[in-house]
Amino acid sequence: MASFLSLLLALAAAPLYPGIILKVKAFFAGKKGPPLLIKYYTLWKLLQKGSVYSTSTTFVFKLGPVVSFAAAVLPLLFFPFAGNASLFSFHGDVVLMLYVMGMGRFFTVVAALDTASPFEGMGCAREVFFSTLAELTLFAILILFYRLSGSLSMSSFFSEGNTLTLAGASGALIVLVIVALFMVLLTENSRVPVDDPATHLELTMIHEVMILDHSGPDLALIELGAFYKLFFYAAFIIQLLCPFSLPLSLLNIIFFFILLALVYTAVGVIESIMARFKMNLVPKFILTSFVLGFFAVILTMGVLQ
Amino acid sequence: MDKMLKITNGQAVPRASIPRVDFAEFSAALTEFVANDGFVVQMFAYQEAEKTLVLAVLRNTELYVISTEVRESFPSLTAKASEKFHLFEREIAEQYGVRPEGHPWLKMVRYHANATGADDVFGNDYSVDIPGNYEYFRVDGEAIHEVGVGPVHAGIIEPGHFRFQCAGEEVLHLEIQLGYQHRGVEQMLPSMPMKRMPIICEAIAGDTAIGHNLCLCQAIEALAGMQVLPGASITRCIALELERLANHIGDLGALSGDVAFNPPASYFGRIRGEFLNLLQVLCGNRFGKGLVRPGGVAHIMGQEQRQLLRDKLEEITPEIEHVCDLLFTAHTVVARFEHTGTVTKEMATDLGLVGYAGRACGLAYDARIAFPTECYQDLPANANKVTDGDVNSRAWVRREEVMHSLGLINLLLAKHEALEEEEQAVQARQVNLAADAFVVTVNEGWRGELSHAVLTDSEGKVDRYKIKDPSFHNWTGLAMSLRNQGISDFPLCNKSYNLSYCGFDL
Repeated sequence: MASFLSLLLALAAAPLYPGIILKVKAFFAGKKGPPLLIKYYTLWKLLQKGSVYSTSTTFVFKLGPVVSFAAAVLPLLFFPFAGNASLFSFHGDVVLMLYVMGMGRFFTVVAALDTASPFEGMGCAREVFFSTLAELTLFAILILFYRLSGSLSMSSFFSEGNTLTLAGASGALIVLVIVALFMVLLTENSRVPVDDPATHLELTMIHEVMILDHSGPDLALIELGAFYKLFFYAAFIIQLLCPFSLPLSLLNIIFFFILLALVYTAVGVIESIMARFKMNLVPKFILTSFVLGFFAVILTMGVLQ
Repeated sequence: MDKMLKITNGQAVPRASIPRVDFAEFSAALTEFVANDGFVVQMFAYQEAEKTLVLAVLRNTELYVISTEVRESFPSLTAKASEKFHLFEREIAEQYGVRPEGHPWLKMVRYHANATGADDVFGNDYSVDIPGNYEYFRVDGEAIHEVGVGPVHAGIIEPGHFRFQCAGEEVLHLEIQLGYQHRGVEQMLPSMPMKRMPIICEAIAGDTAIGHNLCLCQAIEALAGMQVLPGASITRCIALELERLANHIGDLGALSGDVAFNPPASYFGRIRGEFLNLLQVLCGNRFGKGLVRPGGVAHIMGQEQRQLLRDKLEEITPEIEHVCDLLFTAHTVVARFEHTGTVTKEMATDLGLVGYAGRACGLAYDARIAFPTECYQDLPANANKVTDGDVNSRAWVRREEVMHSLGLINLLLAKHEALEEEEQAVQARQVNLAADAFVVTVNEGWRGELSHAVLTDSEGKVDRYKIKDPSFHNWTGLAMSLRNQGISDFPLCNKSYNLSYCGFDL
């Protein structure tokens, strides 16, 4: 019941949090900023519109948003929110989750290529390159978790008795993981300093440029999928940060959703205090996260003991 | 050089005194001139008694003029002497149907039929409404891809087409095609009643309303022998500096926004508005329209305005310093600005870049110092410390000019306060211009060297009006900035130049 409830809450609340990023950025810029619920309004607006399709596109283009949305929702079903058991879980589900997300990206990319626009092709090349590198980090982290917990299931990572939190026995390693994961979050969700979600300059975009041709409900699906993806990473980080041992599972859930705002605030602060990287620095940034993850793995191997 | 006539900025000379030599001499003189630190201010064709003449205004430390007669073609100076003639020759070919033989990239500039009814040099059919009816420079190869951007852009900017030849992320070549906003200003002006001329010149480039209008008014004053009172002259300088401030500050904010560093973008956006509001204090229009008129200014600056200006400057000067510090000390911003879109000094000299784009490359030329008009001869010059030719330098030059301009306005306000004579507002009216005269006016607009040239006919009517916006020189600089640069750096490079589309398109 608690797992079902927290999933529903997650699905409903995910569009709220990006509003926090906007508020934080607005605060730094000395502005009022859009209302907190702006993303809900945007989704509602988009859903009421019709979609426009270029005559050069095929069914692949229409498939893109649907598949990428599904691929963003699916991992949440495997996620143990606030320490509650996830809806589904089996040994190796984390690998499935990563590749489901990979599939979502694949369909976004082929939909973008389907438009035959030179911009979107460029964006695809960047997105694919950068997320390939980010995958290295994620797998380094999985290897670490496997060594620490002997399991490859999201649910068992964060189940009772496991120590994959900052407060656990391997907390020092988790610090590295949290930093690496936060860097991957910035990369995979096209945030500053990797990408600029607010820009209108097609030539500098990574992710946004791939969805330029989508409109109306299609765009709403893509946006919502992006919120879920960001939510997934943020939730992952919060799970690592906090053990959630409050007696009531309902309290745990509430606590969890409040803590989540921290990650989004951190994203907002980073976007306000630093500029974007030059495109050729981005791979170095992502590989740094891999180095952090991999270093943590090496530490578990006992070579230093 | 001895064949050329030395002229003074903003002083009319009789048309007959302009030396007219045969083309070989013209070509030799220009070749020698540009090879010895000379630059082209204006080069344009006009018609006189069924003949097509080409007139060149050149500068080193002085201004010179020379002309020649051309028929349907002439050997290209771009091919022989210097890249500095490149666009001027293409423009002559487009406007008067005269072909520069051997020009390396002979292609239309703005896509319009020529004025003489001669066969079109480019073989274009102008009943077809599509600029871009020609081949772009192409790079071939397995990994080469072509990206076309515009003329309709994602942001709220003017139309222009950019064609990139890329190898992966690297730009090998950028070709810029403009002309989408060609309104025919040069052709329109001679047919206009004099009262309307300032209004049209204020609309040549909306962000340079004061600069272009000042060029026009000085030209009319020179041709009509009008005197401008010192008070009006000071007001004009203040307006020109306010325009510079508003635009430089806006650009610094936009540069910051382009690298996704938001706070300075917002702060500068607000501060830019403050300067536009000061222009409104001067004349009731935030872009300074309706202020400068032949013979003086249409709105006198009184004690109240001076005080408003002074108070506001005192209030925002420290703010500007702080926000500049915030921007220029953020290391992620510096990392993004430095070594991006570099143009070497040699290349800048070859292209004849002007304004902050030139100064960022180490070409110190500033028309306020070299050919001072109004009260600029009494004002201190600015010097630039960062001159590496990259985005960082172009941003730094703006910052230094902002601080310099703030100082200038304070000096000008003090000067104005000390004036004793009564001022008089002037309105645009019909005046008689000297017959058969020629005048060229040069001013340092915020973007760089602005120049208007006027030829009058035997009845004192404007016969040929030639306008040159600094963008005319600097667009090529942008194209060169992108050589071997990441295509994702284009928006940043573009913003660092912030050139005018309509000022170029005329």
